[in-house]
Amino acid sequence: MSLVNLHQVHKYYGDHHVLKGIDLVIKAGEVVSIIGKSGSGKSTLLRCINGLEQYQEGGITVDGKEVTTEDIQVRRLALSVGMIFQNFNLFPHMTVGENVMLAPTIVLKKSKAEAEATARAMLEKVGLAEKFDSYPEKLSGGQQQRVAIARALAMSPKVLLCDEITSALDPELVGEVLKVLEQLAKEGITLVLVTHEMNFARDVGSRVVFMHQGKVWEQGDPKTVLSNPQTDELKQFMGAVL
Amino acid sequence: MLYFSDLLQYSDVFFSGLKTTVELTVLTTILGVALGTVCATVRQYGNRASQHVVSVYVELIRNTPFIVQLFFIFFGLPAIGMMLSPWQASMIALTINLGAYSTEIIRAGLASISKGQVEAAKVLGLNFRQTLTRVIFIPAFEKIYPALTSQCIIVMLGSAVISQISVQDLTYAANLVQSRNFRAFESYLVTALLYLGLSILLRFAFNALGKRLFAYRTSN
Amino acid sequence: MIEFSNYDILRNLLFATQWTILLSLAAFIGGTTVALTLTAMRLTRNPAMQRIVKIYVELFQGTPLLMQMFLCFFGLSMLGYEISAWGAAILSLTFFTSAFLVEIWRGCIDTLPKGQWEASRCLGLSFLQTLRFIILPQAIRVATAPTVGFSVQVIKGTALASVIGFVELTKVGTMLNNATFEPFKIFTLVALIYFMLCYPLSLYSKHLEKKFNVSR
Repeated sequence: MSLVNLHQVHKYYGDHHVLKGIDLVIKAGEVVSIIGKSGSGKSTLLRCINGLEQYQEGGITVDGKEVTTEDIQVRRLALSVGMIFQNFNLFPHMTVGENVMLAPTIVLKKSKAEAEATARAMLEKVGLAEKFDSYPEKLSGGQQQRVAIARALAMSPKVLLCDEITSALDPELVGEVLKVLEQLAKEGITLVLVTHEMNFARDVGSRVVFMHQGKVWEQGDPKTVLSNPQTDELKQFMGAVL
Repeated sequence: MLYFSDLLQYSDVFFSGLKTTVELTVLTTILGVALGTVCATVRQYGNRASQHVVSVYVELIRNTPFIVQLFFIFFGLPAIGMMLSPWQASMIALTINLGAYSTEIIRAGLASISKGQVEAAKVLGLNFRQTLTRVIFIPAFEKIYPALTSQCIIVMLGSAVISQISVQDLTYAANLVQSRNFRAFESYLVTALLYLGLSILLRFAFNALGKRLFAYRTSN
Repeated sequence: MIEFSNYDILRNLLFATQWTILLSLAAFIGGTTVALTLTAMRLTRNPAMQRIVKIYVELFQGTPLLMQMFLCFFGLSMLGYEISAWGAAILSLTFFTSAFLVEIWRGCIDTLPKGQWEASRCLGLSFLQTLRFIILPQAIRVATAPTVGFSVQVIKGTALASVIGFVELTKVGTMLNNATFEPFKIFTLVALIYFMLCYPLSLYSKHLEKKFNVSR
């Protein structure tokens, strides 16, 4: 069954045509890596899926419900779509535990005890149980990003969107974050990631989507697509990243 | 009821007040910013004693009301033998006041210039004075230009107080007119709008000047 | 003519200082309250509301405080609303304070990264929840130092109330000057008293700013 469904999505920033008719269907349990040059529209696509950006034509549905930028809609959407950002966007004035517990308590109206139990379980999952009472600024970038993942997971989303989540990290910290993602993939969580990590896309992903000039240029099984690109643009892109 | 038509016959009074305010503003802006530039340079690069002197000046002015500074200069200084006309006293008070604020603002600009810039200039053989004028001042002023020009406008508005020592500025004109036609509200309202117009005009002028001063940004 | 000893002068000035402090407090409280309301109006993202706030700021930042006081004092009574010098001073200082504070606070709110809003939105927080739990706690930390710094401007602003006849420190200074003809001594004392009121606040504001810059 399709979880995320994009049909002929067009997006403009003023005169600039960013997305030119995107069709994409993502099924539950898939791990979809979106690759492409910067400016190809991949981050914008992700931000349209969770209502952070408005699109002008076409339609997007998540779990059968239409996506708009209306506040109420976005908030309902937040119950099924989790988002991880490049810059973590943790709340600096709250401890790690409070960061993870916030939305479950005030949005899902869970009791404090229940929210805390979930938070501890999620932090355990990303390997940071002992950082519950630390403030984000005391953590490394990799640890902060893992907290952000725990924070998103605590809302038990149906799909997790990851926007270049390792790009702001020092190289030696990338591994720990990817390991967490890999584990999530094994557990069957639906992941959509905009990424530059080709190895991850190849080894963990179930599909690769190559975007170019606002269009889905080529897509399919990662091993096939990445080792045997069909279009010149993807060949060129592969040449540039490798 | 409000009557404004009455005020038309006093337009020359308003105009001459406006003229005084504008003249004083232009003069004290130039003098005050010049004073601030010197003090900020001393504060940032001078020796310890001179830094201290500048700090005392800046803090004394920033932590006392302008009207008290003005009274001190106009009433207080003659008592120790320095006679000043109201106009002179106002000019000095406004310059000293703007000088203190602009010292703080300009110093922040100077502090924002990286050591690398200064070192690069040194390596190229520029002396200290050349480094200051050729390398440091322009980017430093560009950085603090908005803050500096807002302060100039604040000082212009603050100059309304000089009417209290009988300088015939715009506020003085308002007082004069309302004492003649007894229409205080109308008179002050019109004056307030004139000040508002003046501050908007000044902002435009500063923006235009800024574009010229920092033209190297836009020209390729 | 009454003789004023140095003790008399100082006693009168210090007595008047109470009124300066009281007026400053009233203006600061009034200004903060109005500025909070205006900030809320601005944050609603309603274009009409934002416009109103913009015009308010433009009007009260673009005209002299002295003129605002004249309008409140002479103007309102002309129009048939009797208002005391004390009332006019509080009213105009409230306008003045709020117009500056709302701009200072806007700057503080704007320094928070956009990601804080986006992350909150993605977690399903409503606008008000985002304000209450995410934006305000952080903005207040940033805003404390400049707000304390601005309180110095409020204290200095109260000196203008002397012009409309409110008897506070500056007014008593001019009255004593007229009685003693010792302007140098008296205005030095007046200035020193203001300095002693304002300088600690300036220092505290700087201290807060440093503390904040270290902690982040």
